[in-house]
Amino acid sequence: MSLEKSQVEKIAHLARLRVNDEELEQVAGDLSSILDLVEQMNAVDTRGVIPMAHPLDMVQRLRSDRVTEEDQRDLFQSIAPATEKGLYLVPRVVE
Amino acid sequence: MTVAELAAGLRAGSYSSEELTRHYLDRIARFDAVLNSFITVVPERALEQARNADRRLKRGEAGPLTGIPIAHKDIFCTRGLKTSCGSRMLDDFVAPYDATVVSKMDQAGLVVLGKTNMDEFAMGSSNENSWYGPVRNPWDTALVPGGSSGGSAAAVAAGLCAAATGTDTGGSIRQPAALCGLTGLKPTYGRVSRYGMVAFASSLDQAGVLTHSAEDAAAMLQVMAGFDLRDSTSADEPVPDYSVGLAGSLEGLKIGLPKEYFGEGLDGAIAHSIRQAIDEFRSLGATLVEISLPNTALAIPTYYVVAPAECSSNLARYDGVRFGYRCEAPQDLEDLYQRSRSEALGSEVKRRILIGTYALSAGYYDAYYLKAQQIRRLISEDFRQAFAQVDVIMGPTTPSTAFAIGEKAKDPVTMYLSDIYTIAVNLAGLPGMSIPVAPVSGRPVGLQIVGNYFREAQLLNVAHRLQQATGWHLKHPGDYWA
Repeated sequence: MSLEKSQVEKIAHLARLRVNDEELEQVAGDLSSILDLVEQMNAVDTRGVIPMAHPLDMVQRLRSDRVTEEDQRDLFQSIAPATEKGLYLVPRVVE
Repeated sequence: MTVAELAAGLRAGSYSSEELTRHYLDRIARFDAVLNSFITVVPERALEQARNADRRLKRGEAGPLTGIPIAHKDIFCTRGLKTSCGSRMLDDFVAPYDATVVSKMDQAGLVVLGKTNMDEFAMGSSNENSWYGPVRNPWDTALVPGGSSGGSAAAVAAGLCAAATGTDTGGSIRQPAALCGLTGLKPTYGRVSRYGMVAFASSLDQAGVLTHSAEDAAAMLQVMAGFDLRDSTSADEPVPDYSVGLAGSLEGLKIGLPKEYFGEGLDGAIAHSIRQAIDEFRSLGATLVEISLPNTALAIPTYYVVAPAECSSNLARYDGVRFGYRCEAPQDLEDLYQRSRSEALGSEVKRRILIGTYALSAGYYDAYYLKAQQIRRLISEDFRQAFAQVDVIMGPTTPSTAFAIGEKAKDPVTMYLSDIYTIAVNLAGLPGMSIPVAPVSGRPVGLQIVGNYFREAQLLNVAHRLQQATGWHLKHPGDYWA
């Protein structure tokens, strides 16, 4: 399986990563060789096999609906790049 | 010295924890400029913890490991102390809380010397993918220590700390343990809490330890293991006393030898060392059974769908908004996301995010992600059938000894193949260990021991008996243990 440069650009956009023009060929080549490796999976017939999402057969635990965490907004926001009045700041989205 | 010996010395009053801590801090200052095994060293904080430990020891309130100086892989969140995960993205990240592993160790009175170097976000098998530069192998500084817990492995092997924590998603404890001549333990998935452990692939990640002996690994696991309400995938299983059965007889133990682990691709000298260790087990009363894990060759292809898929989703949180790196002067929100991520993530991490994003994208999900989950089931079934016949499974941890820094860095797929024997264990969620056996040309070799779910005690028993019989675990890199 070999990826076109345009496909790499599309995937990069989905992942919110920027791949420069000069890197594009190298990245496309690397990803293609990984996909070649991955496609060894196609040698196996998996019809009827139940997918395994998780190593242990677990059920999601439920807890009672009561407050267990205290408000730590100031602490958590102290490590943010930019905040104001308890809000995270990003470039303007709506004019 | 092992943790067990140091703990006895502390109890006998041969030295204080403060003296011991100073000893390790001096060694770090002397050797780590070359090895680069630590990202952060915290002398003042460590000495404060050591003095507290000494007070506990004096008052008779000490636990078995109180006062032992260790290091944490820089993937475990530590309140008030930088947690970088080997990435520029988290270069100035100071977690507002402690990982459960960290708080348990603190409560037990262990002394934290610092945080160890690692492949960025635990993605790598050589420790060359760190924002803080490569780690060097104390056995030969031209060689890699393995990865991703390479800093922990190098630090323990060079005697810069008594033991260290690590994490293992595809071999990241066992492979560096093998390459640095250490005992490495990856417990069953869910045995140790993942709370506060920076996530890479959440259905595979598990915390464990790198130590000099199985006895030390047992003592460390005792502190770390257990159910944690704060980790939704933590296993609610009782934690046995891991010291109890450590010296038990191996008479009648059935060891499975998967024929797929001794075939093509395995270095002949390594195969010889592994055979030699297995012969030792036979003289300890074990019986050998040839078994087959027919889907072994599919483990790496499957892993390189499952792990990147989970990674692409876990690493979406690094967007330059709430914590971590933010690019200068973003033009708009899209630019903020893209540039923050692109400037702060390294090439291997980006590669895995891209592969994962592709595998999960519309139109490809069934062909890649669903297919991989189905094969994951087949791989897991292979182990289930094997454990119906045998108690433990053994083979090499790695196909070769430590390789040169730079040797595999250019080709990601070649690098991925260094985890060929370890990865299936994570896909199945089983516990695994690597212990040192006879070295080859002065380079350490690891024997991998895989057990059934939650049978860590048995793995530790098996490893301990071999170590008592052979002393292979007592070989240290001469430059650091003169």
